[in-house]
Amino acid sequence: MMTRLNLLLLAMLVVCALSLVTSRHQARQRFIELEREQARAHGYEVEFGQLKLEQSTWGLPARIEKIAREQLRMQLPGAARVELVRDGGKP
Amino acid sequence: MRTAAGALRRGDAPAPALPRLRAPLVFALLLALFAGLAGRSLYLQWIDNEFLQEQGSSRYSRQIEVPAHRGMITDRAGETLAISTPVKSIWAFPSKVEATPEQMKALAGILDTTPQAITRKLEDAGDFVFIAKQVPPEVADRVAALRIKGIHDQNEYRRFYPGGETMSHILGFTGDHDVGQEGMELAQQEWLGGHAGSRRVIINRRGDVVEDVESIRAPQAGRDLALSIDSRLQYLAFRELKAAAEANRAKAGSLVMMDAKTGEILALANWPTYNPNARNRVSRERMRNRALTDTFEPGSTLKPFTIATALEAGKVRPDTVFDTMGGRMTIGPNTIHDAHAYGALTVQQIIQKSSNIGAARIALQLPAQRMWEMLSECGFGAVPKTGFPGEVGGRLRPAKSWKPIEQATIAYGHGISVNLVQLARAYSIFANDGDLKPASLLKGTGAADGRPVIKAETARAVRHMLELAVQPGGTAPKAQIAGYRVAGKTGTAHKLEGRAYAHKYVSSFVGFAPVSNPRLIVAVMLDEPSGGQHFGGEVAAPVFSSVTGAALRMLGVPPDAPLGNVILPPEGSQVQEES
Repeated sequence: MMTRLNLLLLAMLVVCALSLVTSRHQARQRFIELEREQARAHGYEVEFGQLKLEQSTWGLPARIEKIAREQLRMQLPGAARVELVRDGGKP
Repeated sequence: MRTAAGALRRGDAPAPALPRLRAPLVFALLLALFAGLAGRSLYLQWIDNEFLQEQGSSRYSRQIEVPAHRGMITDRAGETLAISTPVKSIWAFPSKVEATPEQMKALAGILDTTPQAITRKLEDAGDFVFIAKQVPPEVADRVAALRIKGIHDQNEYRRFYPGGETMSHILGFTGDHDVGQEGMELAQQEWLGGHAGSRRVIINRRGDVVEDVESIRAPQAGRDLALSIDSRLQYLAFRELKAAAEANRAKAGSLVMMDAKTGEILALANWPTYNPNARNRVSRERMRNRALTDTFEPGSTLKPFTIATALEAGKVRPDTVFDTMGGRMTIGPNTIHDAHAYGALTVQQIIQKSSNIGAARIALQLPAQRMWEMLSECGFGAVPKTGFPGEVGGRLRPAKSWKPIEQATIAYGHGISVNLVQLARAYSIFANDGDLKPASLLKGTGAADGRPVIKAETARAVRHMLELAVQPGGTAPKAQIAGYRVAGKTGTAHKLEGRAYAHKYVSSFVGFAPVSNPRLIVAVMLDEPSGGQHFGGEVAAPVFSSVTGAALRMLGVPPDAPLGNVILPPEGSQVQEES
């Protein structure tokens, strides 16, 4: 009777020990995965910054003005060519 | 001796007789050795365990730095003005570099230089040398892939300013380690700067992190900062200021645009300037934010404050007449002049024609203390408290020390010094029915509470005079804007060199628009224009007109005048002033 109980306990102990090993292993695996995702998130943040920088470089008023003037041949209308329209249709 | 006898019986060689104490002695010795070992191990385990602990943990645990980036600076609309992105610097211990010629050639190829240049760098250096500073991470990764012994890289941040030279004076820049050194970068270092964190981790044989042990310090990212600047208006202001400074061959120039309702500074441009992205060998001279850190004698732009003081004191009315004595007036041993000789002028006309003598005569009717109080209430003589590093307050001496001639010259802006932001801000009392608004470089939450300085009717009366000054018959018809009513005042001040006034000028114009409900206050200052013109009405007023006109259109402010409102006097008949 005593021996059987001991054997049962031993088996349980072995199972527990093995499960500890696997869960520990899994925890580490997950953690490495988390690390990798965090690194990726950081990478995206960096890329976002670079894109933001690029966006504001392309959107510089100086560049837009140059394109408008030189490529699209746009210009400010003189006062004589402007008609003012007010709410209610009264000039 | 039974054992000895037994051995003899078996016929062996007789055992030598052992000294009686030998066994206990050996035993004691061994015991002492064991005790020593046990003691040592106890000592190492419990008392002096630091060294071994450290050695042990260094085999599996690492303390790694968690980087924190610096906050972004944006304009009021969220447009990026300054941003940090990671870069890498490549460095070497010259004595430990072992590279084959092929490796050297590949390295030079990646870094866009020659193998000779790199070799020279390594030979000239001491223990440590940077081979390339702040290169993009991809470039550094390609260098690392060459696996050259003795060459390493490190992570850094680099700050970029997409606006370049147009707003370098406000933003300033950061130095090594991304710490603010100038401008708002310095002023807001606490807010913008991040604090790198660190944590302890367990690594495996390959160096991968397998477990987080503890966070030693949580990283604290820098916060983003929104300035009051509008980048479109800033560009506009810079472009026009630069054009005017170059056309008039001015030594320097500044322009300040302020929201009349909130006191927020929407644009602040300076000339000369520099590019903060490539500022090697830029002189300190070019880096100065003149609008805040330099003072000048404002000249006639100060006259409206003299008039306002007199109106407040009830000493004059807008139509009170003063004799301007044909353009010359003697006070004690000194004589003051007007650029044009006039006879009798009303108070209104004194502003419109900018008569020094008129302003002086009005001032001499007032107690000096009263004038001082007014100027002081308007913020002159005290730093404008924008938080900008190095901002100055200018000079406003206590009224007790004023002699009559000084009181007369202060009336038209000499013997007092101001900076351009102070001047623009002070005009908010005329634009706001008497309320002085606080000047701010940070985006506010709405209309700022002003401090009443003068009565609303006084403000309106002065506003009307300032509107006359930009119409034909005034000193600045070139400040007019199609579709908007404008009010403002010119200044053409002689520069003080040493103790005497030289034939060099500071030309300025301060004004606001639209007059029916002022939205923008714009102050323009050009230092030593030498392109043939030096009057504020010729040099600074056109800048005001083009910048303010375009800004009002951009902001969608409804026009308050018909489009054909601009009337310029015939060439040569314009009223000029000096002071």
